[in-house]
Amino acid sequence: MKTDIVLSGVGGQGILTIAAIISWAAVRNNLYIKQSEIHGMSQRGGSVFSHLRLSSEPIASDLIPYGQADLILSVEPVEALRYLPYLKKDGWLVTNIAPYVNVPDYPKIEDVIREIEKVPNHVYLDANKLAKEIHAPKASNIIMLGAASPFLNLKYEDLEWAIEKQFARKGEDVVEMNKKALKLGFDEAKKLFNLS
Amino acid sequence: MPVLPLLGDEAVAQAALDSGLTGMYAYPGTPSTEIMEYIQRSPLAAERNVHRKWSANEKTAVEEALGVSYTGKRAMAAMKHVGLNVAADPFINSAITGVIGGLVIAVADDPSMHSSQNEQDSRFYGKFAMIPMFEPSTQQEAYDMTRYAFDLSEKVGLPVLMRLVTRLAHSRAAVRTADTPRPQNQLRLPEDPKRFVLLPVVARERYKILLGTQAQLMRESENSPFNKYIDGEDKSLGIVTSGVAFNYLMENFPQGKVPHPVVKVGQYPVPYKLIQKLFDEVDEVLVIEEGYPFIEEQLVGLLGNPKVKGRFTGDIPRYGELNPTIVAKALNLPAGAVYDVPDVVVGRPPQLCPGCGHIDVYVALNKVMKKYGPGHVFSDIGCYTLGALPPYNAINTCVDMGASITMAKGAADAGLHPAVAVIGDSTFTHSGMTGLLDAVIENTPITVIIMDNSMVAMTGGQDSHAAHRLVQICQGLGVDPEHIRTITPLPRTRDQLAQIIEEEINYPGVSVVIPSRPCVTHTVSRKRKQRAQKASK
Ligand SMILES: Cc1ncc(C[n+]2csc(CCOP(=O)(O)OP(=O)(O)O)c2C)c(N)n1
Ligand code: SF4
Repeated sequence: MKTDIVLSGVGGQGILTIAAIISWAAVRNNLYIKQSEIHGMSQRGGSVFSHLRLSSEPIASDLIPYGQADLILSVEPVEALRYLPYLKKDGWLVTNIAPYVNVPDYPKIEDVIREIEKVPNHVYLDANKLAKEIHAPKASNIIMLGAASPFLNLKYEDLEWAIEKQFARKGEDVVEMNKKALKLGFDEAKKLFNLS
Repeated sequence: MPVLPLLGDEAVAQAALDSGLTGMYAYPGTPSTEIMEYIQRSPLAAERNVHRKWSANEKTAVEEALGVSYTGKRAMAAMKHVGLNVAADPFINSAITGVIGGLVIAVADDPSMHSSQNEQDSRFYGKFAMIPMFEPSTQQEAYDMTRYAFDLSEKVGLPVLMRLVTRLAHSRAAVRTADTPRPQNQLRLPEDPKRFVLLPVVARERYKILLGTQAQLMRESENSPFNKYIDGEDKSLGIVTSGVAFNYLMENFPQGKVPHPVVKVGQYPVPYKLIQKLFDEVDEVLVIEEGYPFIEEQLVGLLGNPKVKGRFTGDIPRYGELNPTIVAKALNLPAGAVYDVPDVVVGRPPQLCPGCGHIDVYVALNKVMKKYGPGHVFSDIGCYTLGALPPYNAINTCVDMGASITMAKGAADAGLHPAVAVIGDSTFTHSGMTGLLDAVIENTPITVIIMDNSMVAMTGGQDSHAAHRLVQICQGLGVDPEHIRTITPLPRTRDQLAQIIEEEINYPGVSVVIPSRPCVTHTVSRKRKQRAQKASK
């Protein structure tokens, strides 16, 4: 088993939380992991990404080679496209479609969607809107994790368990809210794809 | 054996603790900051009362660490690559005095300049100082080598350099750690107290000793468990590699089975015998290393060797960090992207956070500077450097920590008026104070704006040595109290701030303007960290 994931978004959108949850779930399954993070300059409203590699065999490189990622999981649509060179031909592009506009030349969202649709295996949804619907505006990252959950080669229960681990010290309410967000993302993706 | 998920930085820190560390000394700097932060969070460090407060700069950090070593105890200093420029003096000279307690200096390079002014390769410093050096490939090696380095440091009586790069420092993987940490060393003063007195008469002897140790260091390298000759059938090519470059090589072959013989260098000086063996067996040698062509240049020298290729010869790009794809190309293996980045993707540079006090200062400053035209504002390194980008375009320089005040002084000496310096509070105590003293002595007409957000924001909100004592420091350095002006930068005080700046520009001497308001982003996370630290005490 081997899953190479590029996580992307804008600084502050919580991609390292996604990375931590997936890592917990992977460790529970005795998988090898390597997770490279971005710290420093790029955190202030700049684009951020993390490479997360899971494997049943030892992993050599901390970076995923171009053209080999199984999944790009993005919390922002332009950031999803920025890392396309990492995606393999039949890899999945799973992204939030709510734009984070903090630059003057931000492109038209229709143009962004058109590019996303050029990748044969794609899932997009408005996680910000869904997050508001469940009164959990900060949980759009977890909704996206839910939407990507079918492509991780991890069991859904393990992700739920990992969410418990990740948020335990913030209290039962936060854990439950994030589990709900995970489920919501998963259901949305299922709806789009008739996945079972 | 406990298995922990650790960043490369954290693996170094945990290993230092498990090696019986007494003092950790550092100044923050990406990608090295997490070494100290890990120790500050560690229950073991608290239990053993390991020194774990930030230093004023990298030079003071290395000197403090050397002081610990002088007493026979073990110390580590940590910094980013450019920090070693600041610490170069004690670094080079600690190789002349030698050490008593193990001294390991961990330096994190930043190839591709993710958060730095350059991509200098610290291995040159290790060679320059003539000390042993380690370059881990994995988080596990970062741990194992650090432990080994402390023992080696005491065995050969020299400081040891641990070279990390961003992609290891900031990547997490599982690390097997020791069951029981080694005890700390007992206090023991040097048997030969003169060795730390580097008067020429002593220094000459000490330098001879350092030269005499070089053969031993080569033997250590040649017999090191971290230097390996890995045989391969296809002798048309041999590969010399080190650090993360080794991982990128392995990534290109299933189960890491490289068909060519490989020398993996993990400990320096470059192990002569292993390299010689490789040269004897293969037709061509490819050197793959992260950073400058450090090993390669040593192999080919000035006269070159047609057998050798790598970054020095241009067979691998000289600029920027490596990755598995670049290494694949160097080996003529198929690799590369399937999808391109679409044209709609625009750049998203980092920005000052909404509500940041630096914004208020720049708006006020721009208002004042408008009539003087561009080119008058010398700045420095920190969050406020983002003021160089639109929409502010407020500053004209950023070179190295502290250079704002000194460059403004030089420009004023040359006749530029006004000459304004913009510097952060932590950068000021790092290396702005001495420059300000230069200006005070001559009463140079410069206006220094100290952007006081009471922490080191750029690197994540660490404690600033300047907190609550900036006015006192400036007075102590001799700035006329009437020309030390403080204000809280807010949207509603911008006009008042502009007026203060204007007044001080018109004063023909040194003035200091201190806009003070805590960083909005890190105040919360800092409180959380402090609570956690208190709890661990
Ligand atoms: C010699 C050196 N050490 C460390 C760094 C990393 N670094 C860049 S800016 C900075 C501190 C900035 O703090 P401050 O001056 O208070 O400005 P702020 O970011 O808080 O606005 C540090 C530690 C560096 N670039 N050079
Ligand atoms: S981190 Fe703090 S100092 Fe830096 S830009 Fe944000 S608010 Fe300003």
